[in-house]
Amino acid sequence: MAPAVRAAQAQAQPQEPSADRRLSTLVRHLLPSSPRRTAEADTSATLESFPTMASQQGSSVFATLAQAPEDPILGVTVAYNKDPSPVKVNLGVGAYRTEEGKPLVLNVVRRAEQMLINNPSRVKEYLPITGLAEFNKLSAKLIFGADSPAIQENRVATVQCLSGTGSLRVGGEFLARHYHERTIYIPQPTWGNHPKVFTLSGLTVKSYRYYDPATRGLDFKGLLEDLSSAPLGSIVLLHACAHNPTGVDPTIDQWEQIRQLMRSKSLLPFFDSAYQGFASGSLDKDAQSVRMFVADGGELLMAQSYAKNMGLYGERVGALSIVCGSADVAVKVESQLKLVIRPMYSNPPLHGASIVATILKDSEMFNEWTLELKAMADRIISMRQQLFDALKSRGTPGDWSHIIKQIGMFTFTGLNSEQVAFMRQEYHIYMTSDGRISMAGLSMRTVPHLADAIHAAVTQLK
Amino acid sequence: MAALSRAASSAIRRPPLLLPSRLQAARSMASSLFGHVEPAPKDPILGVTEAFLADPSPDKVNVGVGAYRDDNGQPVVLDCVREAERRIAGNLNMEYLPMGGSIKMIEESLKLAYGEDSEFVKDKRIAAVQALSGTGACRLFADFQKRFLPDSQIYIPTPTWSNHHNIWRDAQVPQKTFTYYHPESRGLDFAGLMNDIKNAPDGSFFLLHACAHNPTGVDPTEEQWREISHQFKVKKHFPFFDMAYQGFASGDPERDAKAIRIFLEDGHQIGCAQSYAKNMGLYGQRAGCLSILCEDEMQAVAVKSQLQQIARPMYSNPPVHGALVVSIILNDPELKSLWLKEVKGMADRIIGMRKALKENLEKLGSPLSWEHITNQIGMFCYSGMTPEQVDRLTNEYHIYMTRNGRISMAGVTTGNVAYLANAIHDVTKPN
Repeated sequence: MAPAVRAAQAQAQPQEPSADRRLSTLVRHLLPSSPRRTAEADTSATLESFPTMASQQGSSVFATLAQAPEDPILGVTVAYNKDPSPVKVNLGVGAYRTEEGKPLVLNVVRRAEQMLINNPSRVKEYLPITGLAEFNKLSAKLIFGADSPAIQENRVATVQCLSGTGSLRVGGEFLARHYHERTIYIPQPTWGNHPKVFTLSGLTVKSYRYYDPATRGLDFKGLLEDLSSAPLGSIVLLHACAHNPTGVDPTIDQWEQIRQLMRSKSLLPFFDSAYQGFASGSLDKDAQSVRMFVADGGELLMAQSYAKNMGLYGERVGALSIVCGSADVAVKVESQLKLVIRPMYSNPPLHGASIVATILKDSEMFNEWTLELKAMADRIISMRQQLFDALKSRGTPGDWSHIIKQIGMFTFTGLNSEQVAFMRQEYHIYMTSDGRISMAGLSMRTVPHLADAIHAAVTQLK
Repeated sequence: MAALSRAASSAIRRPPLLLPSRLQAARSMASSLFGHVEPAPKDPILGVTEAFLADPSPDKVNVGVGAYRDDNGQPVVLDCVREAERRIAGNLNMEYLPMGGSIKMIEESLKLAYGEDSEFVKDKRIAAVQALSGTGACRLFADFQKRFLPDSQIYIPTPTWSNHHNIWRDAQVPQKTFTYYHPESRGLDFAGLMNDIKNAPDGSFFLLHACAHNPTGVDPTEEQWREISHQFKVKKHFPFFDMAYQGFASGDPERDAKAIRIFLEDGHQIGCAQSYAKNMGLYGQRAGCLSILCEDEMQAVAVKSQLQQIARPMYSNPPVHGALVVSIILNDPELKSLWLKEVKGMADRIIGMRKALKENLEKLGSPLSWEHITNQIGMFCYSGMTPEQVDRLTNEYHIYMTRNGRISMAGVTTGNVAYLANAIHDVTKPN
């Protein structure tokens, strides 16, 4: 507790020298923290303290509560922001950066926003619990394909949610309430927030083998074995494309084998699609895995995010779709999804969904979006190539081809946590301790610095 | 039949090697993994607007959902909001907010609730996070309560906004109710309320509506709040305030925060859910704030960190747009002053409609007492009508409200008040 407490104090008083901070922490521990409390004790001196209560006279019911550890992913940016070094590089959070290292609002998004502002008839009323209907339809079409039989047969229940996280959570809660199996299998490794989302939804989380550190590629054999031995009907989380954090995706043939295995064991697919269009640069290509599963007529869940591919991060725009066996079931499922959402936040935020709908329904804007999306994907692919070339030219020991084989925003470097810490301390390079780097945070200017750091870490620490 | 044709058509799309699994797929396609799922009942409040929208009658009146309407029955976007949005568009990026939300929005929200010069704000004793409007703030608190005080319950007033029950139920916090509304007088059952406060086990958690109680519109007087606060001290109860209508009730945000200020003066450590849905007309933007007053800064840091841990697996971080609108308005003296004017305008129109409705009913010669229409405050009037009477209003007059007889005064206009009064008189007059 003590280090966390000290950390809290440090956060609270950033200007004090560290020695003074430690002293003042000790002081706070040893003395009553506020003169106000003593005054209260006087006025209510006659009252007893009851054994059932968590708190003492005048103190808080949350007095024994400990500070939570920093989120491992978002905490990286917190640490980066505190670093005064002029050469620091943030390769932590998966948020796109331009060549100049700046966040990007897509041009088509700016246009859409301007259209919304300029429309005087637009209001800010509550959306329905399920969100903006137009947005929902367009989102389903985007991921499943406009000609998808599931859509045409009205078998898809789609609800607007708060980006990928919100979609996963609502889907998880729905399954915990209505599905006969309560276990979800998630790939090893996966996005750090996945386990918590599903656990809090009420599901039991298990994992299946995915990443092979030896090849820095897919452990396909292990994956098939683990899914084969999962109980019938278990839920399986699949990253639709651009696996986070590894960047390792199955090939189309491998996806087909996964599909067959899953359907033969009635394993329920729960897709997380956070990078459609961002991985290869093509929206359709990045949706192939999903569409394969829909094409066989089976059911699945799909969590969609527009955070990265439309750059809408903070607007929290996403959608949960459940592909059902029939239109009747889809109607009932949608009604139950509402019961999950209403006590959580009543209805989803309007702004981001309006922007997305504006873009998706206008073919000219849609086209502009695909071009901007491809440009982002291409820049990332080019960063991969540059980093690979830089390591090669330095003769950095090891096989670094995974940098160009992996896809999407992240590269799983294979660096261990000591090497990661070394790079942070000596080179002011910030990444998550699992060695995941966000390629979006790189530029031509910073690639050499990163290559130097990796080279040093790999040669000096094993 | 349908299953076979699906199997056939998908067989065409799939490569040929799949006979065993095709059969399997065909079997599972005939049924659904979710076939047993029951259709959920419609939300009692939001379902009203759905029904209203589906009604083709030109006379229809929506006094269901608590969303403000101007005197033409139109939704309103405040001028201060339009200006704030003009400043946002094309300017800032859309990066993720921190898990706890916009610092600026939180700072301004705390000043609004706790006081411009609040010592608690200065001493950094308040753990606060941006939340998804009032619902989201209540839910974060309920989840927090479950996690850190798993043996606690929540006392909820009778009646209350129906979603309160859903929120604490989904958070798996056991609920009890406490006496609040007095049907005979259509006012506060103060004696019953005080009794329930005294009889609850010491250290109980209570949900209190800070002002403009929803659905009754019945608020304790200042004196009554002081007595409630005193009794809470005696019993060491935890007060959790849901403040969804600050500024909207009396027209003056400071006045509407009076109950909270009384409790703070008395030394309570409160929790507070704030919403900008109504008072800034930001409904669909989901802008709100959850705050918990702690012993000291260190505890506030710890509590905030734990609230963030609850938000992260729910939605990671809150939406930025509404937060920007709120912080731009509250940080700019001119915009803030414009906002105060506009919120007073909305409150005044509602107060005016209360008067008009009551006068119309009296003019129609209704023998019943309609004092409560003007005694009650805020967006809602608890008319005292029965569900059967409400059904008649809907079926015969195309007037939509929730079946507990709650009228959203915001939906009343000079254009429809006479029609409404006439209909109410018709269904309530003694035979």
